[in-house]
Amino acid sequence: MIQSVDHVALLPVYLAAGTAVLVFLLDLVFAPGVAVRRPVLLGVAALGVLGTGVAAVMVAAGPVRTTFCVPGDADACSYVADQPGAVVAVLFCVLTLGVLALSVPTLAPGAPTGGPVPSGEYVFLLLCSLTGGVVLGYSRDLITLLVAVETLTLPLYVLVGLRRGVLASVSGAVNFFLVSVVSTSVTLMGAALLYALTGAVHLNRLAEALAAREELRAIPLTAVAAVLVLVGLAFKVAAVPFHAWAPGTYDGAPLPIAGYLSTASKLGGVIALLYVVVGALRPWLDVVGPALAALAVLTMTVGNLVALRQTRMVRLLAWSSVAQAGYILAPLGGFALAAGRQPEAVPVLVAATIGYAAFYVLIELGAFGCLVAMRGAADGGPIEDYRGVARRAPWLAAGFGLALAGLAGLPPGFAGLFAKVVVVRALLEGGAGWLAVVVALNAVVGLAYYVRLGALLYAPAERPAARSGGRVAWPVGVAVVAVTLAALLVGLAPQLVLDAAAAAALF
Amino acid sequence: MTWLLLATLVVPALGAAVVAALPGRLDQVGRILATVVAGLALLASLALYGRPVDPDASGIRPWAEYDVPWASGLDLSFHLGVDGISWPLVVLTTLLTLLCCGYTVWQGPAVTGGKNLLALLLVIEVGIVGVFAALDLVLFFVFFEVTLLPMYAVIAGWGGPDRRHAARKFVLYTLFGSVLLLVGVFTVVSAAGTADLVRLSAGGGEGITRGVQVAAFALLALAFAVKSPLWPLHTWLPDAHTEAPTVGSVILAGVLLKMGTYGLIRVAGVVPTGAQALAPVLGVLAVAAILVGSLVCLAQTELKRLIAYSSVGHMGFVLLGIATLTAAGFQAALIGNIAHGVITGLLFFLAGAIKDRAHTGDLTALGGLRETAPGLAGLLGFAAIASLGLPGLAGFWGEAFAVYAALQLGSLWTVLGVLGAVGGAFTAAYFLRLLRRVTHGPAVDTVAGVVPLRTGELVAWGPLAVLALALGLVPGLVLWLTSDPVEALIQVIS
Repeated sequence: MIQSVDHVALLPVYLAAGTAVLVFLLDLVFAPGVAVRRPVLLGVAALGVLGTGVAAVMVAAGPVRTTFCVPGDADACSYVADQPGAVVAVLFCVLTLGVLALSVPTLAPGAPTGGPVPSGEYVFLLLCSLTGGVVLGYSRDLITLLVAVETLTLPLYVLVGLRRGVLASVSGAVNFFLVSVVSTSVTLMGAALLYALTGAVHLNRLAEALAAREELRAIPLTAVAAVLVLVGLAFKVAAVPFHAWAPGTYDGAPLPIAGYLSTASKLGGVIALLYVVVGALRPWLDVVGPALAALAVLTMTVGNLVALRQTRMVRLLAWSSVAQAGYILAPLGGFALAAGRQPEAVPVLVAATIGYAAFYVLIELGAFGCLVAMRGAADGGPIEDYRGVARRAPWLAAGFGLALAGLAGLPPGFAGLFAKVVVVRALLEGGAGWLAVVVALNAVVGLAYYVRLGALLYAPAERPAARSGGRVAWPVGVAVVAVTLAALLVGLAPQLVLDAAAAAALF
Repeated sequence: MTWLLLATLVVPALGAAVVAALPGRLDQVGRILATVVAGLALLASLALYGRPVDPDASGIRPWAEYDVPWASGLDLSFHLGVDGISWPLVVLTTLLTLLCCGYTVWQGPAVTGGKNLLALLLVIEVGIVGVFAALDLVLFFVFFEVTLLPMYAVIAGWGGPDRRHAARKFVLYTLFGSVLLLVGVFTVVSAAGTADLVRLSAGGGEGITRGVQVAAFALLALAFAVKSPLWPLHTWLPDAHTEAPTVGSVILAGVLLKMGTYGLIRVAGVVPTGAQALAPVLGVLAVAAILVGSLVCLAQTELKRLIAYSSVGHMGFVLLGIATLTAAGFQAALIGNIAHGVITGLLFFLAGAIKDRAHTGDLTALGGLRETAPGLAGLLGFAAIASLGLPGLAGFWGEAFAVYAALQLGSLWTVLGVLGAVGGAFTAAYFLRLLRRVTHGPAVDTVAGVVPLRTGELVAWGPLAVLALALGLVPGLVLWLTSDPVEALIQVIS
């Protein structure tokens, strides 16, 4: 049996994977002592990521391309290069590019904590993770989807623990590894059960099979299968009660990797969840809807309440990102009600999830960018270290304050304000007013810790100039300015993100 | 006219950016620049005055309009306009901002980082003017949020000893209000299919079921009740006022609170059925606010706190007027809004000046101010008497007509009107007590040798004193502007 493969459709994946391999080979070419090694590796990686993003846009500009289809069935394809896939790929490219720039201090020789981080391996692993993210956006069957999610997360276990001799790093990596492996096997189990019940792995075929065979509802095993798939993916998103790994792992990881975990890795989990829930389990939205609503309410409430008591910077941001995952999932909770399952309401809710996620990753990347600019290769440290930062670094403090306002959803962080508006609007359109009120009240709890942190930046410093990373490396500076400007731009023109999200909701 | 409308927002916004970006050593230059900017904004807002283009249409008939789409995916369009209801409030905002800027210039080194304070005040001005001028519900919400963090920063950065706690309380309470506003706004928008206030109020809640209207009005009223503030959601206000710097208190009491009452009047025309259903509840709470506010004031021992609580009572009268949903009630509310802004602005200026001089706001530690600073004591007496509602001064009309409007309706409202009037009598009692404590009697140590009223202060406060008198003698200044739009609104509601 010969299958024709559409290599144009696969171009973004080829570029991402090719760059990863190229970086790996270049790392072998240069002797460890050569001064240009690190800049060359980073430069090649950045160009490759840029190329991947451009390729994704160009492929999406043409007609929808499909490949790896079942012979004789052009609709059952494992890989579809459509607009949603392109939006996801571009988002991953932007985030990877940002994290690459933020990694410069971590990779610099003589980094203060844990000795040198091997540049070649670090960049290679990050690009492998990107490849997983790009494939994820295009994948349309459960197996490809899970392989993509694993390709996205597997390199991260190593990246978290790459700093030698840092105990927190190792323990974070091990925790993350164990939890992730368990969650993946749980999802796999669920996928296997779904296949056993329906005989389908392609998302659209699964949906058709579930819709056609009402009798499946009577079998408890189907509910178990759906729950197992959801639980496994909830671990990836760090949704409560499957979130416990996140704070320790974030805090143990180098700052840029913590940023990647809370943006790209979380985005991957959300996309996978969306594809499975809305793509494959659509006829069962009445079953998974209430579960998602409960997950969203728990996630945002617990995340916000625990964040109130944090004293370390990265842990605070980790808990805040748990809470933000709750807001991301909230529109999907709208499926719990019949009004939210109407054919015209579903794309609105899905677009709200993608839209919020897009606003959020941009703001979160800005926050981590400012942290890296303030701390250099050091870790996030205790919150008290940031007292009076505004006196030493007024622009960085302003940037960080802007990101915090965005996370809290208040002007001048207009991007965050419109993100909240998108979610509340979609929920009310979907008839889930109660969930909108829960989201709204959570925003108040969230503001309590964001405003505490923001005020600390501007509080008078008791001791002069706490330790800081010294001069800001130029790639970090460029990345911070670019991300902050981008956040300001989408705050002024939110329609840009909304249009992209609406396009991405039609998978 | 359109460019004037934009200028009232764009000029202070740009001014704030420039002033904030100036280096710290140019502090005084920044303050003067901010004052010039605030002056330009006042001129622009004054020049906005006009008459409706289409006098026969129902609902809102803006004098000037500006409408461009902003984010269609959020039903958000940048739709601005002013009419007889919003214009006086816009002018009050720009006037108070100018006075606060001028006062800060005059204060000189007594205030550190004054240019940053004024940059924040200009941002707050943009937010408040935006709220009053927004003719799109979502835009209204966006501007409502704009004021939040800058006001927090003003209190937390320039406030009294317990400023952090007060600022946090302020920001969390008001965010609680504004998130409910967000939910309420989109409840209306998703039911009506538009966020355009002109179209919404012309329709008068057409196409929105009674249940949705009641839910939407409940959410919106709750949101505005936090802002106004309405008892029992007022507890953030005394702390915020006591700790805020003088100019912060003036803006907060003078115009920020008015965003709540203004919003309530606007949404009453959007979901009239909901408003009618919940009006009695609003009325009862408003009277409770009047009584609680004045009783607390009778026992209050701190100058700024007393004036803050008096705001709770005065805003209670405004809310009572709105709750009647009658033309007389709305007129009372609108003139009450303006009068309270003018008089309480003046009172907070005076309280700040007295606290700065005597280094205490404790009423038991003050006394005999008229012996040492007769000008200051005289102005305080004037403002207090205006505030207690003496006929002939601005405070009278709003309160008298709110009670009158309530009595006209009969049954429950008669009781509410009578209780409101009793609260009004308490108001007289506590203001006279305030005057007796602060200005009369022998001069005590704290006020011995205080600096008398200075020219800079007189220039900053004079316009407010003149306005308090002018509005009292000729209430028509405001009522003439508001009567047509209020009539149009009443047509929609009943």
